[in-house]
Amino acid sequence: MKYLEEFSDPQLARRLLDQIHATVTRPWALMEVCGGQTHSIIRHGIDQLLPEGIEMIHGPGCPVCVTPLEIIDKALEIAAREDVIFCSFGDMLRVPGSKHDLFRIKSEGSDIRLVYSPLDALKIAKENPQRQVVFFGIGFETTAPANAMTVYQAERLGIENFSLLVSHVLVPPAIAAIMESPSCRVQGFLAAGHVCSVMGTREYPALAERFEVPIVVTGFEPLDILEGIRQAVVQLESGRHEVQNAYRRAVPEDGNPVAKEMLRDVFEVTDRAWRGIGSIPRSGWRLSERYRRFDAERRFAVADIHTDESSVCRSGEVLQGLIKPNECAAFGKQCTPRNPLGATMVSSEGACAAYYQYRRLDLLPAGASR
Amino acid sequence: MCLAVPGKVVHLRDEDDTRMAEVDFGGVRKDVCLQYIPDVELGDYVIVHVGFAIQRLDESSARETLASFENLGYLEEEFGDQLALARRQAGMDEESTAGKGELP
Ligand code: SF4
Repeated sequence: MKYLEEFSDPQLARRLLDQIHATVTRPWALMEVCGGQTHSIIRHGIDQLLPEGIEMIHGPGCPVCVTPLEIIDKALEIAAREDVIFCSFGDMLRVPGSKHDLFRIKSEGSDIRLVYSPLDALKIAKENPQRQVVFFGIGFETTAPANAMTVYQAERLGIENFSLLVSHVLVPPAIAAIMESPSCRVQGFLAAGHVCSVMGTREYPALAERFEVPIVVTGFEPLDILEGIRQAVVQLESGRHEVQNAYRRAVPEDGNPVAKEMLRDVFEVTDRAWRGIGSIPRSGWRLSERYRRFDAERRFAVADIHTDESSVCRSGEVLQGLIKPNECAAFGKQCTPRNPLGATMVSSEGACAAYYQYRRLDLLPAGASR
Repeated sequence: MCLAVPGKVVHLRDEDDTRMAEVDFGGVRKDVCLQYIPDVELGDYVIVHVGFAIQRLDESSARETLASFENLGYLEEEFGDQLALARRQAGMDEESTAGKGELP
């Protein structure tokens, strides 16, 4: 139990674990959707504290990881243009494209700036009216309101040299896709807390009903995760499949109504390719007709992208929970955070990176990694 | 990047008709847009994601979360120098002054 002291309240952690152990009578497979939760689970060894038969399957909720290769390649092409200042969150920098990554072209002289918020990119656009300023707008429902507001402001303030390279993805269609897959083993979900802080919980009962699977809205601090797991196994053991909210302090049932209204105005639902997984119908957002002129893909008509994915990388299977990172032959050998073959080895929310950071000594034969 | 961090509203202002705040995250202060939680007052705690408040949070939960994020090094990851972080991951920290890339 070496990890328990690291919990903010070790006694509560102990109690939750005892309750989980007392509840479980048979094996169950739970998927945590959010990459932040995956990171927490591996870092704190939560999966190793659970009863034998409880398996945590890591889900696709790492926005950096699922951003399609084609969009990364487009980003690289746009960012390399002389007239462009390309703004991005830092964790996109080392995501491998077909040939290289943003980090590389930045060091070769492209004007790529790392920002904390998309509003910083809008400010840069205001200060550089003679340049085109593009923001790389990726992420789940948590991040979408920020990008929506930024585009809305660009229109309102007439900042026409700003545009957004959009690749938003949505959690509920991903849950449906996972459940529909013939190889699916998931029996219960921990839904992503901060996604629900924005969207609320009302999209989930239909999914729980249709797939007869419990869905527990869960935060991503260690104790929150234990509570989410506890509620999920209690439901499973009693044969229920409901939506429960284990993250009430940050998730009202309606989410954030003001943000949802903005999202409805600025975005519209579209089919979206998920890296390594493939296209999922109606699983993303793109700019709505009214704001489409701020779409960087349209403004820079990037054609003829020939994507070339690593033939070794199995991140798609990792993201669908079909394999654990260490089952990939390249893990910790050809593929390390220093030399990532897939995005799941780059992002701190990627399962491969989490396994590498916290588990490689247990998982790899001595001398396999640096 | 999906991290949302609680912080305390320490200063309020309007900028281009947009409600903005300075929010304190355990010592680090950032500009945050409040348009999505319009009725926030000075001293309130909000959950912030990439510069936008997306929910409110009670003070004791907020403090607890902040303390644990601080311990886990998440605050450094979220608010620290992103380029330095990428360089470190790429194994380039030794040459951080010799590299061609300029700090933004
Ligand atoms: S270990 Fe590397 S190569 Fe293997 S799936 Fe993960 S990112 Fe891809």
